[in-house]
Amino acid sequence: MLEVSPEIEKTLDGILNKHISYEGNVISLLQDIQDAFGYIPEKTVDWFSKKLDIPESRFFGVITFYAQFHLKPRGKNLITACCGTACHVKGSDRLISALFRELNIPEGENTTKDGQFTVEKVACVGACSIAPVIIINKKVYGEMNISKLLKHIKLKHEK
Amino acid sequence: MKSDIKIKVCMGTGGIAAGGADVMNAFNKELKEAGIDASVEKFCSMHKVGCRGLCAKDVLVDVIINGKKTIYQYTKPDMVSKIVNEHLIRGEPVAEWTAGEDYYNFHEKQTKVVLSDCGNIDPEDIDAYIAVGGYEALKKVLTSLTPEKTIAIIKKSGLRGRGGAGFPTGLKWEICRKVVSSGDSPRQESDQKYIICNADEGDPGAFMDRAVIEGNPHSVIEGMIIGAYAIGATKGYVYIRAEYPLAVERLRKALTQAREKKLLGKNILNAELNFDIKVKLGAGAFVCGEETALIVSIEGQRGMPRAKPPFPVHSGLWGKPTVINNVETLANIPYIVRNGADWFASFGTEKSKGTKVFALTGKVKNTGLIEVPMGISLKEIIYDIGGGIAKGKAFKAVQTGGPSGGCIPAELIDINVDYESLAKAGSIVGSGGMVVLDETDCMVSIAKFFLEFTQAESCGKCVPCRVGTKRLLEILNRITAGKGKEGDIELLEDLGNDIKASSLCGLGQTAPNPILSTLRYFRHEYEAHIKDLKCPAGVCKELIEYSILEEFCKGCGACMRVCPSGAIIGEKKKLHKISSAACIKCGACFDVCKFDAVKKG
Repeated sequence: MLEVSPEIEKTLDGILNKHISYEGNVISLLQDIQDAFGYIPEKTVDWFSKKLDIPESRFFGVITFYAQFHLKPRGKNLITACCGTACHVKGSDRLISALFRELNIPEGENTTKDGQFTVEKVACVGACSIAPVIIINKKVYGEMNISKLLKHIKLKHEK
Repeated sequence: MKSDIKIKVCMGTGGIAAGGADVMNAFNKELKEAGIDASVEKFCSMHKVGCRGLCAKDVLVDVIINGKKTIYQYTKPDMVSKIVNEHLIRGEPVAEWTAGEDYYNFHEKQTKVVLSDCGNIDPEDIDAYIAVGGYEALKKVLTSLTPEKTIAIIKKSGLRGRGGAGFPTGLKWEICRKVVSSGDSPRQESDQKYIICNADEGDPGAFMDRAVIEGNPHSVIEGMIIGAYAIGATKGYVYIRAEYPLAVERLRKALTQAREKKLLGKNILNAELNFDIKVKLGAGAFVCGEETALIVSIEGQRGMPRAKPPFPVHSGLWGKPTVINNVETLANIPYIVRNGADWFASFGTEKSKGTKVFALTGKVKNTGLIEVPMGISLKEIIYDIGGGIAKGKAFKAVQTGGPSGGCIPAELIDINVDYESLAKAGSIVGSGGMVVLDETDCMVSIAKFFLEFTQAESCGKCVPCRVGTKRLLEILNRITAGKGKEGDIELLEDLGNDIKASSLCGLGQTAPNPILSTLRYFRHEYEAHIKDLKCPAGVCKELIEYSILEEFCKGCGACMRVCPSGAIIGEKKKLHKISSAACIKCGACFDVCKFDAVKKG
């Protein structure tokens, strides 16, 4: 579990100052935390809760409501699989189950054991005309099939 | 004489995914090597442009020499050198790569208002927008129109909200204009009002708003400033999905440029108008497209809707009068003000004026973004613009309106696409998603797909939606698993109608629509699943089996190599076989077979 070291405290202070000067709210604050750490470490919620005198429950209420927030660390490479309607009718569910199988991701999880890859499903990335769509580390790939996808993943693995 | 050469490369999300950036780099490199950069520097310019619609043929590149435009399709970086040498230098277009009949057919029946400058101008350059008449409407409004007259123009144009519900935009503005204080709120002392642009395009299968913001963000900003002037707002928000990083980036750039030109901030264009816009990123909740949920989300809370009234025009953000308009609605405003209400009203039908942008996707040949006059027939959209069904399959239905909408079956292909006609057929125009389905799509599975979505996105505040959608989904799950019971269809109808009648917000009130509309037109498919334990389209896993057709199998072994469960056996160049006991029905063999030898059913 992440401990709030002096170095981390510096990052948190930066986020806090931005929050105050831009009149942010709980959501924008959490977005900044996630940008800095890749997920939302519970200790940081504790820290902000005390600084801002907002109960932790309000933070966790928001975190668990919105799909964007994660309480667990994610893999080094992020694979986002689109599950929109257009992708669905072009076979995204078969693609996704093949992806979980090939990466050997344990049931009920979404990250590989070595922490290399996290697979996330999203509702729609709005690139429906090139369905099915997979995003690997923010780069959009259209008209995907499993063999193309595995090639990209292999490249990432070797890096 | 030196030529005036313009090169425009599509750099929307679709264009970039197809390699737009690489194509642009290749042009830059080739131009430098060919010396064009140095010799005719002033006359050769590169422009990145937003989506021009036909994403299926990306990367699209326009080469315009002295006003004569040639369009290249499926452009790859290694094609660039030939284009530069033969076309730019010698003046001979590379005929084999230019866009063909398809491209022109795709555009012929379209009427572009919102998208008229999309794909034509550089979205990251405010001067490009100004050069095609941008911000003229704002000038006209600030110098010669009162807020009341501005509202009168919008009312007369007949513009209705493009987010789904279709509420008249001018009327919404007028109500908000007339609110003196927020009567229902305890915080009524100030007369602060807000205008919010709803860019939380959450419908799966829709990307109109993303394309507009990526392709022409200033049209949305101009629309918002005019709206602010009309209703008397001094602050605005754009609530945009975090899943659209490129749109967010271009919007922020556009806002900065607008501030530099004094189009935002204090005393806009030296008039007595103070207005600025903040960007708020959504955090991934579909329900935040509902206006009261969107408002509390901007306030930083869990995005849960509340009962209406009071409506946001009376008590919205922080309890103040607030107008919420969709991206496409706002992007229409500058064009209406510039060209007049009568011009806009000349498109469309009596009750649905103007044009509508649709995301045409699924099983049509030409997938992409289209803008058509309201009232065009579905047939024209699918066959003339979309080029018909891909891969020679039979057309089955069109899903419109996403999770709140329904399916229109093939027999209603002549229907007019407008608010009233689609509602009568049991669907909606919605925000503009249009997913075409063919004979290989199972309608029960499509309904299940949407219910999975709405059930997961239900915020949980009201019981009919929270519990009801879960029960609906359970019934659909058992039907598609071959465990459906006698009476399930009636139960779906009963429960669906109850949820529609009693849910708190639009999400729950429309969630049963995909089921009810497929039941209306494809009841026999539900019956086949329940009574015959068959999925006629061959989609539902538990009800199908894979086998190999002897006459087509070449024994290449491709299926055997991809089979994750080792269920396929066979010697090289001899017939392969699938053991149904070991088969996990993943469909990998079906996808990989080049000879259509794997049979599903």
